[in-house]
Amino acid sequence: MTLLLIAAGAAVGAPARFLTDLVVAHYAGRFLPWGTLVVNVFGSGLAVFLAVAVADPGWSALLVTGFCGALTTYSTLSYETLRLVEDGRWHHALWNVAANLAGGLGAGLAGFGLAHLITG
Amino acid sequence: MLRAVSVPSLVAVAAGGAIGALARYGLTVAFPAAPGEFDLATFIANTVGGLLIGVLMITVTEVAPGLSGIRPFVGVGILGGFTTFSTYIVDIGRAANVGATALAVVYAFATMAAALLAAAVGMYGTRRLLVRGRS
Repeated sequence: MTLLLIAAGAAVGAPARFLTDLVVAHYAGRFLPWGTLVVNVFGSGLAVFLAVAVADPGWSALLVTGFCGALTTYSTLSYETLRLVEDGRWHHALWNVAANLAGGLGAGLAGFGLAHLITG
Repeated sequence: MLRAVSVPSLVAVAAGGAIGALARYGLTVAFPAAPGEFDLATFIANTVGGLLIGVLMITVTEVAPGLSGIRPFVGVGILGGFTTFSTYIVDIGRAANVGATALAVVYAFATMAAALLAAAVGMYGTRRLLVRGRS
Protein backbone atom coordinates (compact mmCIF):
# COMPACT_ATOMS: atom_id res chain seq x y z
CA MET A 1 0.00 0.00 0.00
CA THR A 2 2.84 2.37 0.89
CA LEU A 3 4.41 1.74 -2.53
CA LEU A 4 1.15 2.54 -4.31
CA LEU A 5 0.72 5.80 -2.35
CA ILE A 6 4.28 6.93 -3.07
CA ALA A 7 3.90 6.10 -6.78
CA ALA A 8 0.56 7.95 -6.93
CA GLY A 9 1.98 11.05 -5.22
CA ALA A 10 5.04 11.08 -7.46
CA ALA A 11 2.92 10.54 -10.60
CA VAL A 12 1.30 13.91 -9.79
CA GLY A 13 4.38 15.67 -8.37
CA ALA A 14 6.70 15.04 -11.32
CA PRO A 15 4.31 16.38 -14.03
CA ALA A 16 3.50 19.32 -11.71
CA ARG A 17 7.23 20.17 -11.69
CA PHE A 18 7.40 19.78 -15.48
CA LEU A 19 4.42 22.11 -16.05
CA THR A 20 5.49 24.65 -13.40
CA ASP A 21 8.90 24.91 -15.08
CA LEU A 22 7.23 25.63 -18.46
CA VAL A 23 4.89 28.26 -17.00
CA VAL A 24 7.65 29.99 -14.99
CA ALA A 25 10.04 29.96 -17.97
CA HIS A 26 7.29 31.47 -20.13
CA TYR A 27 7.13 34.52 -17.86
CA ALA A 28 10.66 34.71 -16.42
CA GLY A 29 12.68 33.34 -19.35
CA ARG A 30 15.48 30.80 -19.15
CA PHE A 31 18.42 33.10 -18.40
CA LEU A 32 18.26 31.85 -14.81
CA PRO A 33 16.60 28.53 -13.78
CA TRP A 34 13.64 30.08 -11.93
CA GLY A 35 11.35 27.09 -12.51
CA THR A 36 13.47 24.70 -10.44
CA LEU A 37 13.84 27.34 -7.73
CA VAL A 38 10.06 27.77 -7.52
CA VAL A 39 9.28 24.03 -7.19
CA ASN A 40 12.15 23.44 -4.74
CA VAL A 41 11.21 26.34 -2.46
CA PHE A 42 7.46 25.64 -2.57
CA GLY A 43 7.95 21.86 -2.25
CA SER A 44 10.32 22.25 0.71
CA GLY A 45 7.93 24.50 2.59
CA LEU A 46 5.01 22.16 1.93
CA ALA A 47 7.05 19.06 2.89
CA VAL A 48 8.14 20.51 6.25
CA PHE A 49 4.58 21.70 6.95
CA LEU A 50 3.20 18.22 6.18
CA ALA A 51 5.99 16.42 8.05
CA VAL A 52 4.98 18.30 11.20
CA ALA A 53 1.20 18.48 10.68
CA VAL A 54 0.47 15.02 9.25
CA ALA A 55 1.08 12.01 11.50
CA ASP A 56 -0.60 9.31 9.40
CA PRO A 57 2.03 7.21 7.55
CA GLY A 58 -0.25 6.73 4.54
CA TRP A 59 -0.83 10.44 3.96
CA SER A 60 2.85 11.05 4.61
CA ALA A 61 3.85 8.48 1.94
CA LEU A 62 1.43 10.01 -0.59
CA LEU A 63 2.13 13.69 0.05
CA VAL A 64 5.64 13.99 1.53
CA THR A 65 7.63 11.08 0.04
CA GLY A 66 5.63 10.88 -3.17
CA PHE A 67 4.26 14.29 -4.15
CA CYS A 68 6.77 16.69 -2.55
CA GLY A 69 9.69 14.31 -3.22
CA ALA A 70 8.93 14.23 -6.95
CA LEU A 71 7.79 17.87 -7.18
CA THR A 72 11.25 18.93 -6.02
CA THR A 73 14.51 17.89 -7.68
CA TYR A 74 18.20 17.80 -6.91
CA SER A 75 19.35 16.39 -10.26
CA THR A 76 18.03 19.32 -12.31
CA LEU A 77 19.38 21.77 -9.73
CA SER A 78 22.85 20.20 -10.07
CA TYR A 79 22.74 20.12 -13.87
CA GLU A 80 21.44 23.68 -14.28
CA THR A 81 24.08 24.96 -11.84
CA LEU A 82 26.86 23.25 -13.81
CA ARG A 83 25.51 24.68 -17.07
CA LEU A 84 25.90 28.15 -15.55
CA VAL A 85 29.48 27.25 -14.54
CA GLU A 86 30.21 26.01 -18.08
CA ASP A 87 28.94 29.30 -19.48
CA GLY A 88 31.47 31.05 -17.22
CA ARG A 89 28.65 32.50 -15.11
CA TRP A 90 30.15 31.65 -11.71
CA HIS A 91 28.17 34.30 -9.89
CA HIS A 92 24.88 33.00 -11.26
CA ALA A 93 25.87 29.41 -10.41
CA LEU A 94 26.63 30.43 -6.83
CA TRP A 95 23.43 32.48 -6.70
CA ASN A 96 21.44 29.45 -7.90
CA VAL A 97 22.80 27.14 -5.19
CA ALA A 98 22.42 29.79 -2.48
CA ALA A 99 18.90 30.78 -3.59
CA ASN A 100 17.68 27.16 -3.55
CA LEU A 101 19.27 26.46 -0.16
CA ALA A 102 18.20 29.73 1.50
CA GLY A 103 14.78 29.67 -0.16
CA GLY A 104 14.20 26.03 0.78
CA LEU A 105 15.27 26.60 4.39
CA GLY A 106 13.22 29.80 4.66
CA ALA A 107 10.12 28.09 3.26
CA GLY A 108 10.78 25.12 5.57
CA LEU A 109 10.92 27.43 8.56
CA ALA A 110 7.64 29.05 7.48
CA GLY A 111 6.05 25.61 7.04
CA PHE A 112 7.32 24.56 10.48
CA GLY A 113 5.87 27.69 12.11
CA LEU A 114 2.55 27.38 10.30
CA ALA A 115 2.19 23.69 11.20
CA HIS A 116 2.80 24.44 14.89
CA LEU A 117 0.36 27.34 14.75
CA ILE A 118 -2.35 25.09 13.34
CA THR A 119 -1.71 21.95 15.37
CA GLY A 120 -0.90 23.90 18.53
CA MET B 1 2.32 28.00 -23.48
CA LEU B 2 0.99 24.68 -22.23
CA ARG B 3 -0.75 23.83 -25.49
CA ALA B 4 2.58 22.55 -26.79
CA VAL B 5 2.72 19.93 -24.02
CA SER B 6 1.78 16.51 -25.37
CA VAL B 7 -0.22 14.05 -23.32
CA PRO B 8 2.28 11.21 -23.98
CA SER B 9 5.14 13.33 -22.58
CA LEU B 10 3.10 14.10 -19.45
CA VAL B 11 2.34 10.40 -19.02
CA ALA B 12 6.05 9.62 -19.49
CA VAL B 13 7.00 12.18 -16.82
CA ALA B 14 4.37 10.80 -14.41
CA ALA B 15 5.41 7.16 -14.94
CA GLY B 16 9.11 8.02 -14.68
CA GLY B 17 8.47 10.09 -11.55
CA ALA B 18 6.69 7.15 -9.89
CA ILE B 19 9.55 4.76 -10.76
CA GLY B 20 12.18 7.20 -9.50
CA ALA B 21 10.31 7.88 -6.24
CA LEU B 22 9.90 4.14 -5.58
CA ALA B 23 13.64 3.62 -6.11
CA ARG B 24 14.32 6.47 -3.65
CA TYR B 25 11.93 4.86 -1.13
CA GLY B 26 13.81 1.56 -1.62
CA LEU B 27 17.02 3.32 -0.56
CA THR B 28 15.35 4.70 2.59
CA VAL B 29 14.25 1.16 3.50
CA ALA B 30 17.80 -0.15 2.91
CA PHE B 31 19.46 2.74 4.81
CA PRO B 32 17.02 4.00 7.47
CA ALA B 33 18.00 7.15 9.38
CA ALA B 34 16.45 8.63 12.51
CA PRO B 35 16.29 12.44 13.00
CA GLY B 36 19.79 13.48 14.09
CA GLU B 37 21.43 10.78 11.96
CA PHE B 38 23.01 11.31 8.54
CA ASP B 39 20.33 10.41 5.93
CA LEU B 40 22.54 8.24 3.73
CA ALA B 41 19.63 7.11 1.52
CA THR B 42 18.69 10.63 0.39
CA PHE B 43 22.38 11.56 0.10
CA ILE B 44 22.94 8.57 -2.22
CA ALA B 45 19.79 9.33 -4.28
CA ASN B 46 20.80 12.96 -4.81
CA THR B 47 24.41 12.10 -5.63
CA VAL B 48 23.70 9.17 -7.97
CA GLY B 49 20.89 11.19 -9.56
CA GLY B 50 23.40 13.99 -10.21
CA LEU B 51 25.84 11.59 -11.88
CA LEU B 52 23.10 10.12 -14.08
CA ILE B 53 21.61 13.50 -15.12
CA GLY B 54 25.11 14.53 -16.22
CA VAL B 55 25.46 11.38 -18.34
CA LEU B 56 21.93 11.75 -19.73
CA MET B 57 22.12 15.44 -20.64
CA ILE B 58 25.46 15.19 -22.43
CA THR B 59 24.18 12.08 -24.23
CA VAL B 60 20.99 13.73 -25.51
CA THR B 61 22.54 17.12 -26.30
CA GLU B 62 26.00 16.24 -27.63
CA VAL B 63 26.34 12.49 -28.30
CA ALA B 64 23.00 11.42 -29.72
CA PRO B 65 20.48 14.28 -30.18
CA GLY B 66 18.16 11.71 -31.80
CA LEU B 67 17.65 10.26 -28.31
CA SER B 68 16.29 13.53 -26.88
CA GLY B 69 12.81 11.95 -26.82
CA ILE B 70 13.82 9.91 -23.73
CA ARG B 71 14.42 13.07 -21.72
CA PRO B 72 10.85 13.50 -20.34
CA PHE B 73 10.73 9.87 -19.15
CA VAL B 74 14.31 9.40 -17.94
CA GLY B 75 15.44 12.92 -17.00
CA VAL B 76 12.35 14.85 -15.86
CA GLY B 77 10.56 11.68 -14.69
CA ILE B 78 12.89 9.01 -13.27
CA LEU B 79 15.81 11.20 -12.17
CA GLY B 80 13.54 14.05 -11.06
CA GLY B 81 11.48 11.60 -8.99
CA PHE B 82 14.56 9.78 -7.69
CA THR B 83 16.28 12.92 -6.41
CA THR B 84 14.57 15.25 -3.98
CA PHE B 85 15.16 18.70 -2.60
CA SER B 86 12.26 18.67 -0.13
CA THR B 87 13.50 15.63 1.84
CA TYR B 88 16.95 17.27 1.90
CA ILE B 89 15.43 20.37 3.55
CA VAL B 90 13.28 18.24 5.92
CA ASP B 91 16.45 16.33 6.92
CA ILE B 92 18.35 19.55 7.66
CA GLY B 93 15.41 20.86 9.69
CA ARG B 94 15.04 17.59 11.63
CA ALA B 95 18.74 17.55 12.52
CA ALA B 96 18.62 21.20 13.65
CA ASN B 97 15.40 20.52 15.59
CA VAL B 98 17.01 17.76 17.70
CA GLY B 99 20.02 19.97 18.37
CA ALA B 100 22.40 18.26 15.90
CA THR B 101 23.44 21.57 14.34
CA ALA B 102 26.84 20.32 13.15
CA LEU B 103 25.20 17.38 11.39
CA ALA B 104 22.68 19.73 9.73
CA VAL B 105 25.48 21.91 8.35
CA VAL B 106 27.69 18.96 7.30
CA TYR B 107 24.75 17.18 5.61
CA ALA B 108 23.66 20.36 3.81
CA PHE B 109 27.09 21.10 2.34
CA ALA B 110 28.17 17.47 1.80
CA THR B 111 25.04 16.79 -0.29
CA MET B 112 25.46 19.98 -2.31
CA ALA B 113 29.16 19.29 -2.98
CA ALA B 114 28.70 15.58 -3.77
CA ALA B 115 25.71 16.16 -6.09
CA LEU B 116 27.50 18.91 -8.05
CA LEU B 117 30.73 16.90 -8.24
CA ALA B 118 28.84 13.78 -9.38
CA ALA B 119 27.00 15.74 -12.08
CA ALA B 120 30.33 17.20 -13.26
CA VAL B 121 31.86 13.71 -13.38
CA GLY B 122 28.84 12.47 -15.35
CA MET B 123 29.05 15.34 -17.84
CA TYR B 124 32.80 15.38 -18.40
CA GLY B 125 33.13 11.60 -18.22
CA THR B 126 30.47 11.16 -20.90
CA ARG B 127 32.13 13.81 -23.07
CA ARG B 128 35.53 12.17 -22.71
CA LEU B 129 34.28 8.66 -23.42
CA LEU B 130 31.69 9.33 -26.12
CA VAL B 131 32.10 12.75 -27.68
CA ARG B 132 35.88 12.81 -28.14
CA GLY B 133 35.95 9.08 -28.84
CA ARG B 134 33.87 9.59 -31.97
CA SER B 135 35.96 12.34 -33.52
